Amino acid sequence: MATETSVAPVVVKKQREAPFSVKNRKLLKDPLNDSNPITVQVLGICSALAVTVQMKPSIVMALSVMVVTAFSNLMISAIRNIIPDRIRIIVQLVIVASVVILVDQVLKAFVYDVSKQLSVFVGLIITNCIVMGRLEAYAMGNKPWPSFLDGIGNGLGYGLILVIVSAIRELFGSGKLMGFRVVPDFFYEKGYFNNGLAILPPMALIIVGILIWIQRSKNPKLIESEK
Amino acid sequence: MNKNSSGFTFLFASVMVIIVAILLSLAVIGLGPYQEQNVKIEKMQDILSSIRIRTESKDAEKVFNQYIQDQVVLNNKGEKVTGEISAFDIDLKKELDKAKTGDTDKQLFPLFVFKKDGKIYYTIPTRGKGLWGPIWGYIALEADMNTVYGASFDHKGETPGLGAEINTEEFQKQFVGKKILDESGNFVSVKVIKGGAAPDDIHGVDAVSGGTITSNGVTEMLKRTIGNYLPYFNSMKDSTGN
Repeated sequence: MATETSVAPVVVKKQREAPFSVKNRKLLKDPLNDSNPITVQVLGICSALAVTVQMKPSIVMALSVMVVTAFSNLMISAIRNIIPDRIRIIVQLVIVASVVILVDQVLKAFVYDVSKQLSVFVGLIITNCIVMGRLEAYAMGNKPWPSFLDGIGNGLGYGLILVIVSAIRELFGSGKLMGFRVVPDFFYEKGYFNNGLAILPPMALIIVGILIWIQRSKNPKLIESEK
Repeated sequence: MNKNSSGFTFLFASVMVIIVAILLSLAVIGLGPYQEQNVKIEKMQDILSSIRIRTESKDAEKVFNQYIQDQVVLNNKGEKVTGEISAFDIDLKKELDKAKTGDTDKQLFPLFVFKKDGKIYYTIPTRGKGLWGPIWGYIALEADMNTVYGASFDHKGETPGLGAEINTEEFQKQFVGKKILDESGNFVSVKVIKGGAAPDDIHGVDAVSGGTITSNGVTEMLKRTIGNYLPYFNSMKDSTGN
């Protein structure tokens, strides 16, 4: 005789994640070091080369990328269950492109001087792999708020690297930081020269390479085990 | 409806496109006035640069109005034209393009007359072609309509470190003191010379190393656009008996 025991389905109430729970805070912290978009995920290198000649445009670029990634993540995550599979990438592109255009227009209206320095690069944010990369890797499979935080976190990680690289390049390439002269005049009189290589793109790659080197030697989680 | 059905896919795409279009249009319309104001301020800053006055965006309009004496619109015969359009609002690109269709008699040239420290200066807007896109600038002549008082240049997309150098102080300050007329009063303009101008050459400045095409663009631009103002300058000189 078959005994059918009817068991009431066990309902596990899904715990709502607190907005700044440990798990969500990790989304903000990890991209700064362990999963840094530039040095670990190796995304967004192109703009890291182009924009980091000076600090000020780098900071604006980093903020723009952060805003674009965060809001694109948020929007795509919100509609992730109704996006038809066949047009998934196109929908992502449209959302990102629209957010980028909005950012560009706002910059032109309120910080015109800075928007001129960024001009071409703002339009290139959509080609920044970080944005599309996080959409596919995170936003398509997670809820809106964590996706938003992931965007902020990756934007911060990207910004951190941009600030470091641009500080070095501006200091050695123009003797300034944030537009203010830092290298004193008597250095130049003694024969000190601004480093011409520092303002060329290859220097950014070299500095990023050195940062990757330093990061890997200091961060145990990134050291690959001996095979 | 299944989200992957053709019908839904089509519907989704259509709705998304319509929403995005509306949002972006609203943003552009709403932000338009702020952006236009910024462009206007920038133009004032560039024109003031030509008479060696540097301003912050917030002071530009005030300082411009402080120094501006007259804003003149000229036709291609050098006659003053009064009409609906103000000198500041003239689209130089459109006016210069009229030469391509042979409508030179319809061209309008703006001229900005400034008074600084009791002296008169004439600022001429110029526009030309660089390597990758347009280049433009403002060149100010002293009251003798011959000696350059100052110049400012800018570009859209010239190569950074090369052609883009035309908008730096170093390049622009070379023009101070150069003359556009030779001893006999013929118009020779100021040339940007590859390899460097001779130190005593009052009609030449050094080109940008590695930015030859942009530099040549500046030479061409100056010759062509300053040339448009010669009829007016000559008539001014005739009337003062020079």
